[in-house]
Amino acid sequence: MKIQPKALLPCIPGFERGMLMRLKKMLNSKGIVNIMYIPVILLFVSFIIYPLIKGIGISMTNWNGYSDASTYIGLENYRKMFADRNFFLIIKNTLIYGIGSAVLENVVGLLYAVLLDKKSKAVGFARTAIYLPVIVAPLIMGYIWYFMFEPIGGAVNDILIAMGLESVDLLTKGTTTVWIITFINSYQYVGIAMMIYLAGLQTIPADYQEAAKIDGASSFQNFVYVKIPLLLPSITVNVVTNLIGSLKLFDIIVAMTNGGPGYSTQSLSTMMYQLYFGKQDAGYAAAMGIFMFCSIAVISVAVLLWFRKREVDA
Amino acid sequence: MRQWKKRIYSFILILISLVHLVPFYILLTMAFKEKADLSSKWLFPGYLYLDNFKNAWQSANLGRAFINNIIITVLATLCIILLSSMAAYPLSRRKTKLNTFIYTAIISCMIVPALTILVPLYKIMADVGGISTYWGIIAVHVTFMLPLSTFLYTGFIGTIPRELDEAALIDGKSRLGVFYTIIFPLLKPITATVIILCGVNVWNDYQYSVFFLQSTDMKPITVSLNSFFSMYQSQVNWLAAGCLMASVPLIIAFLLLQKQFVKGLSSGAVKL
Repeated sequence: MKIQPKALLPCIPGFERGMLMRLKKMLNSKGIVNIMYIPVILLFVSFIIYPLIKGIGISMTNWNGYSDASTYIGLENYRKMFADRNFFLIIKNTLIYGIGSAVLENVVGLLYAVLLDKKSKAVGFARTAIYLPVIVAPLIMGYIWYFMFEPIGGAVNDILIAMGLESVDLLTKGTTTVWIITFINSYQYVGIAMMIYLAGLQTIPADYQEAAKIDGASSFQNFVYVKIPLLLPSITVNVVTNLIGSLKLFDIIVAMTNGGPGYSTQSLSTMMYQLYFGKQDAGYAAAMGIFMFCSIAVISVAVLLWFRKREVDA
Repeated sequence: MRQWKKRIYSFILILISLVHLVPFYILLTMAFKEKADLSSKWLFPGYLYLDNFKNAWQSANLGRAFINNIIITVLATLCIILLSSMAAYPLSRRKTKLNTFIYTAIISCMIVPALTILVPLYKIMADVGGISTYWGIIAVHVTFMLPLSTFLYTGFIGTIPRELDEAALIDGKSRLGVFYTIIFPLLKPITATVIILCGVNVWNDYQYSVFFLQSTDMKPITVSLNSFFSMYQSQVNWLAAGCLMASVPLIIAFLLLQKQFVKGLSSGAVKL
C-alpha cells in the first residue's frame, strides 16, 4: 500500500489547512531561489570567518589546547615567535618550499608542454606518465620517495654505490633536504602545470608563429617573443596556484622527515601542528597560524597583481 | 639529419616517461618483496610475496579505513555538488550589488589556506562534538572545497542562455522547479569536473583528517598508513603494500577516464 505523504500531514501537531498552500507558495516565489546561497554563507561564517576571529583571540592567550583555563597575555606569543631563532629558519624553509616549487613546476612544466605539443602515441604515453603522480596522495608520494632516499638500502644510494660513490643520508642534510622535498613536490604536480600550458599553447593562433617565421625568427626567438607573452595568463594562474599550494606544504614533509632532524626541514604548517599536538602550546600555534594567514594572503595577492600588470602591458 | 632529430626526440620522451614512472616501479618491487630479501629496490623479486598485503591490511586496519574513505568522499562530494550548484544559480543569474559582493567574498576564500585556521577550527569542532565524526570532517572538506566549486558552477551557468529559464517559467514551472528540472541536468559536464576534483582531493587528504579524525575507527587510509608506520618503523615492505592498495582505485579510475581527470584537476588552477 502506498501512503500519500499529504495524508500524513494532519498528524503533525499545529498543522492547519492553509499551511501547505503557504509552503507551496513560498517554494514557488522568487525569494527562495534568490537566496539559495544561504547554506554556503552559513558554512563560511561558521567554519572560516568565525574561526579566523577566534584564532586571533586564541593567539593572545597561553591556552594549552585542552584545558578550559587560559590567560590573556597580549602579544606575548608574537613576541616569542619573532625572538625565536628557529622561527627564521622555518620561514626560510617555507619560502624555499613555496617559491622553489613555483619556479621549478613552471619552468619544467613549460618545457614539457613545448616538448609535448604534438599528437602521437608516444607523446600521449609521456603525458600520462607525467600526469600519473598527480593522482597519488601527497603523503604516499612522500613515503615512496622516503624509500628512494632511505639511508640504508635506499634506491638512490644503490645508484651512488653502483657508481662507486659513497652512500649518503640525504634526509638529514638541512637545506639540501629542504630542496629535495621541494623537488619532490614539484615532481608530483608538474603535470598540472604542463596541462595548463598545453591548453594555453592551443589558443595561440598559427598565423602569429608563421608571421614570425617569415620575418626570420628562429624557433627559440619564436618561443621567447611570441609564445611566452601570449602564455602570460596561463603563467599567472600557474605561478599563483603553485605558490599558494606549496607555501602550505604539509603531507610530503610529514612523510619524509616529519620536520626533522631538529627544526631543519620544518615549515610553518608542520611547526603549527607540532606546537599544537606535540607541545600543547595552542596559543603559540594559533599565533603562527595568523601570521601564516596574513603572509600567504599578502604574497599571493602581490604576485597576482604583479603578473596582471605584465599581462595588460603585453 | 631529420632521422637523427626524431631519434633524439623519442629518446628524450622515453627518458622523461621513465623518470616519472620510477616511483611506481620502486613501490611495486617493494610491495612484493620479503623483508628478509635485502636485494636492491631496483630489482624485481623473482617471486610474488603477497603476505605484505595481508599484513598491511590487518595491522593498518585498512578495511575499516577504506570504508571510512568511501563514506567521507561520497558524502562530501554530494554535499559540494548540491550546495555549490544551488549557490551558483542566483549568483550567476542575478548580478545585484549584494550578489557580486557575496560572489567576490566566496572566491577570495580560495586564497585562504585552511591550514592556518585549523587551531581555532579544531577548538570549535571539539566544542560542538565534531571531532572524529563523519559530519565533522565532511563539513570541513565541504567548506574548503566550496569556493572553487561555486566558481566553476557560476561560470558554467553563465553560459546557459537565460531564455531557457524564461521559457520554462512561462510554461508555469516554479523557480525552484526550473533550477532542478531544467538547469541542473544541463550541468553534467561541470559536475563531472567537480566530482573528480573533490573525489581526488578528499580521498587523498591527510592534513585535515589528521586533525579531525583521531579515533582508530574513524581514520581514513592516509592517516591509518601514517600511524601504522610510526608503530612499525622497520616494516617498509608492508607500508609499500599499503600505499599501493591505497593508490590503486584512483590510478585505475584515472587510466579509464584520463581526459576527464586532466580537465577536472586542471580546473583546480582557475583564472584568479
